[in-house]
Amino acid sequence: MSELNKNASNDIVASHGDKFTDPGIPAHKERMSDKDPAAAKRAEHQSAFLFTLSIIGTITAVVVYFAIRPEGTVTSVRNANLALGIAIAFALLGIGLGAIHWAKALMSDHEVIDERHPIVSSDEDRAGAIEALEAGVKDANIGRRTVLKGSAVTALGLFPLTIAVPLVSSVGNDWDVSKFRHTLWEKGKRLTTDPAGRPVKASEITVGSVVHIIPEVSEEERASHAWISEKAKAVVLLVRLDPKDLKETEERKSWSYDGIVAYSKICTHVGCPVALYEQQTHHLLCPCHQSTFDVADGAKVVFGPAKRALPQLPITVDDEGYLIAQDDFNEPIGPSYWERLK
Amino acid sequence: MTTTTPSKVAGAADYLDQRTSIGTVVKNFARKVFPDHWSFLLGEIALYSFVVLLISGFFLTMFFVPSMGLTTYHGPVASMDGQLMSEAFASTLRLSFEVRGGLLMRQVHHWAALLFMAAIVTHMMRVFFTGAFRKPRELNWLIGCLLMILGLAGGFTGYSLPDDVLSGNGLRITDGVVKAIPVIGSYMSYFVFGGEFPGEDIIPRLFSLHVMVVPALILSFVGLHLLFVVLHKHTQYPGGGRTNTNVVGFPLFPVYVAKAGGFFFVVFGVLVLMGGTMAINNVWNYGPYDPSPVSAGAQPDWYMLFLEGSLRLMPGQAEIVIAGYTLSLNVLIPAMIIPGLLFTFLFVYPFVEAKVTGDKREHHVLDRPRNVPVRTGLGVAFLTAFIVLAVAGSNDLVATHFHMSLNAITWILRILLFVGPVIAFWITKRICLSLQRKDRELVLHGHETGKIVRFANGEYIEVHRPLNEQERWLRVNYDAHRPLEIEPAEDSRGVRRKSYKQDRRWQKLSRFFYEDRVEPVRPSELHEVQGHGELEGGPVAAELNS
Repeated sequence: MSELNKNASNDIVASHGDKFTDPGIPAHKERMSDKDPAAAKRAEHQSAFLFTLSIIGTITAVVVYFAIRPEGTVTSVRNANLALGIAIAFALLGIGLGAIHWAKALMSDHEVIDERHPIVSSDEDRAGAIEALEAGVKDANIGRRTVLKGSAVTALGLFPLTIAVPLVSSVGNDWDVSKFRHTLWEKGKRLTTDPAGRPVKASEITVGSVVHIIPEVSEEERASHAWISEKAKAVVLLVRLDPKDLKETEERKSWSYDGIVAYSKICTHVGCPVALYEQQTHHLLCPCHQSTFDVADGAKVVFGPAKRALPQLPITVDDEGYLIAQDDFNEPIGPSYWERLK
Repeated sequence: MTTTTPSKVAGAADYLDQRTSIGTVVKNFARKVFPDHWSFLLGEIALYSFVVLLISGFFLTMFFVPSMGLTTYHGPVASMDGQLMSEAFASTLRLSFEVRGGLLMRQVHHWAALLFMAAIVTHMMRVFFTGAFRKPRELNWLIGCLLMILGLAGGFTGYSLPDDVLSGNGLRITDGVVKAIPVIGSYMSYFVFGGEFPGEDIIPRLFSLHVMVVPALILSFVGLHLLFVVLHKHTQYPGGGRTNTNVVGFPLFPVYVAKAGGFFFVVFGVLVLMGGTMAINNVWNYGPYDPSPVSAGAQPDWYMLFLEGSLRLMPGQAEIVIAGYTLSLNVLIPAMIIPGLLFTFLFVYPFVEAKVTGDKREHHVLDRPRNVPVRTGLGVAFLTAFIVLAVAGSNDLVATHFHMSLNAITWILRILLFVGPVIAFWITKRICLSLQRKDRELVLHGHETGKIVRFANGEYIEVHRPLNEQERWLRVNYDAHRPLEIEPAEDSRGVRRKSYKQDRRWQKLSRFFYEDRVEPVRPSELHEVQGHGELEGGPVAAELNS
């Protein structure tokens, strides 16, 4: 208690200008390993043990690599992965923890002070820098040569075009953005199941069921890359509702067939496939950003970040009873873009 | 033996020095002092996970085929056997299941990317809340912000490479966002995908960005970032003996060679342990990209959640048509303007704070967050907005886990995005001011001891034990900034100053920052209190002691 008394009165006396003074770096506290040679020895052994663990870890990792050969199943690969991962972790953690323990227990922990100097260069250096630049400008002799300066700057400014123009104009391929408006759907094109490609009869679709639909194309075409880009626009969701639940505008009355409606599956927000259908509410939910569309009411947006209804594919049946498209979509499918309505 | 070894080392050192003058470098840097604090490790974790990314990433490039060419898969993954898929997806399966250690490296790489971003974000929080961005470190803060954005770019370009259903839908969202850009959006989409989405070019393009451009930029900026750390010397937390003109800590050699070097192995070790024991991004469960299927509950990597959430919260009504042209504000606002605002705040904050503080000095001693209540409040408000957006990015999972209506959650989060940061700011600022008052209280009246003493006259007091000088110094050694004082509207000759209005605006902002403040205790105040004898060191206590 008497020590505290001393503290309290002393530094108030020592302070000046009504500011406390910095008490300086706190007294150094000795560690166990500083005071007790046995503790220091123990710390040394602990670090050495950790390094040894690392050595064992490395050897185990190499042994595991050669010894455990996954026999080609997912589970066996998982197990080999687990064994290898743990062995390598030991190899690495042993080194890391050993080194840190060494540093904390055995290396000097007396704090050291470095002086800082202002970051700004000395006045002398600044003057020297200006002098050097001025001398350079003088040597370059560009003071009055405006044509030389102008042409050099222009040349430097223009030359990147030699690389940028070919690059930019090539990477966009043909730049024909009117392709956004067209899909593979056309008059008479059969609706087939995704991904099997089996044509669908109106009679086989029960009320309340949902079918994922792609346009009918040949097997070879479906193995080509162009197909993926086409499919990305042409996927359709087919739903059969009780005709009395269906709210249809006059002009779209002919677009459905006996309660079967077909809508583009590409969300009008940012283009995810709208794939979650809830039978009770007739709501279609986009799993990416939860835009919700009402299939019974023209696939209008009822919630979420999309603005527009899903485009509807006009459908009917052919002579054999298979569902076919009457035409392509009458508007671009998918997310909005600047010239969408042009 | 004992005589030859040193001379060999000396010989090698001499050989090197004659060709590199490395002696000067070693002399200047070997004993360079760095201060010690756990929060300084956050940046180190970022650096080390980046090194792990380079090591594991190099391994992956040996086996990955960045091509969208179609191939039929035959291999150990039974569910994928015979399926048509891109070379990229097939090679991802091959390097996971047929290259021994490949799956481990893939998982280590993915975990390292998540940790890299987490370490960057927490490191930025440390720098922000302690004011480490102040002069002379403003430029290094900007470099750090740039590194964070490059980290996002690295994560985004890498995430899409396996060409699986999940990442393919991520690219589809990117396509939708790009198309929403006014005037040039459709052409930008062609620019990115080399034609219509998805085309055949995007994977090879992302691959060059991911393995060359982004890492090269990160590496160069990390170099610059560290160069500045060396040049400025590290900041230190306040405390006895730690001043603006010194740096107190331990020397680089040997302490930090061992500690930081060891820490690299710890970070690497933990990442390998995660890669070995925790499965991540099992693309074979999702299948190759196909524009039709999608799974419910899909989430991006955590650092993209705020963007995803931003898209989810925006109501669709914002899409408008002007003179026949579509302006998708329902996409532009959440995907570009919101992140733009967040990043702008980070980029300009140090300069705004310096301006309203009227402060041109160098700062090397960190602030305790409580001592700058408005900065701390703004930081927490920023984080609140970020977290609300991130939660919104998982609103479907929140809905299923808590059995709540998705629409209700979305509405709550929409409101919270605006109200939450304001409340968070206010609460944080109040907490900071209270903590400062608590500090004053402690300095003036000392620790409660629980000892009750009765005087001869019957008066009871509780004896307080004064703070020791280290405890006290920590609590009194800070600047309580005051709002800016500005020149009057008219100068001495009665002429109106042109810049007066602008000065007024800055002064208003400055008042917002520093109107409410708690001044540190002055010795005279303490002296006065001690005169009243509440403290053990005071006259009453002295009487008791005797």
